[in-house]
Amino acid sequence: MAEPAPGQRSSLTWKLALLIAAIALLTSLFLGGRAARWSGSPVPAVFHGRDITAEHWGGAFTLADPEGKARSLADFRGKVVLLSFGYTHCPDVCPTTLAKFAEARRLMGAAGDQVQGIFVTIDPERDTAGLLRAYVPAFDPTFIGLRGTEAQTDAVTRAFHANYQIVQYRGNTLVDHTASTYIIDPLGQPRVVTPYEQTARSLADDVLALLRNG
Amino acid sequence: MATSWAAPAAAIVSAEDAWVRGTVEGQTGSGAYMRLTSSEDAQLVGASSPVAERVEIHEMRTVNDMMTMRRVDRLALPAHVTVALDHDYHVMFIGLKHQLLPQQVVPITLQIVDARGRRHAVQIQAPVRALNSMGAVHGSPSGAGKATPHG
Repeated sequence: MAEPAPGQRSSLTWKLALLIAAIALLTSLFLGGRAARWSGSPVPAVFHGRDITAEHWGGAFTLADPEGKARSLADFRGKVVLLSFGYTHCPDVCPTTLAKFAEARRLMGAAGDQVQGIFVTIDPERDTAGLLRAYVPAFDPTFIGLRGTEAQTDAVTRAFHANYQIVQYRGNTLVDHTASTYIIDPLGQPRVVTPYEQTARSLADDVLALLRNG
Repeated sequence: MATSWAAPAAAIVSAEDAWVRGTVEGQTGSGAYMRLTSSEDAQLVGASSPVAERVEIHEMRTVNDMMTMRRVDRLALPAHVTVALDHDYHVMFIGLKHQLLPQQVVPITLQIVDARGRRHAVQIQAPVRALNSMGAVHGSPSGAGKATPHG
């Protein structure tokens, strides 16, 4: 048998090298993916809502609970906080949001114990401490309603980049307000903002992602 | 006026799945939700109920997640089209005279004007659901909400 021409041998060697490289690449991708899953190594959490980690919202607000005790985010360290702004005269959006918080907590099972629902009124004049004490726990007995002075309310909404406006319109006092939900991690840092349309399931997913990945 | 809104023998508008959100003691507002179907072109121009000082039709809009709610004077009810008052529109109770509890039934009178300008009063009975009801709204979780049917 005649030796293959040098050019042919070189071509075969290249094909073999390419094949080996391809197999190695596929194997490493496969094993790498599996290894990351097996080891449970921390990967950046991916949320349904918008990740606001880098934006440093929130800050140190002080509001009063229905018993008149001053509360800040530091009081809820160790829990994931679901926070929304609203008012008790709101017929639809605010109760639906609080109902979703309660449903998300139920969907999480035992991990739901690590969730704190907070409703901050943007209508403190009409939403008295007594009304908040009755209203907010009607959705979940662990949820808490907070209220502040006008200045405190302005400060806390500003800290969360939320807006509200009390409007007198045709004999009614209406309150336009941001209907988002803010998810705050166990260290007290706002991490995710979600739109009103968010489902209880996706809220629960985002809370679980925070509890799992920090 | 009760006389000018007398109910005819057969109501031109039918209401389905009407309900009112329950309240806690001290709450003076709430909302009612329903689906309306008219047998001819008509408009919903008002409402009343013995449980509230005023009942209005409100439109809700959400722009950049900012929720606004305003009273509207009329809501079109095209013939044979089911119009949902469940999210973008709802019936708003203002000045509730007492707490609304599940098991109670709230009478509501809808004021309808047909294409020929005739006035109709449509009586409905809306049961009270718990305050924390998800309601029939778009994007509601757990499958509780129904898609808004459009004819």
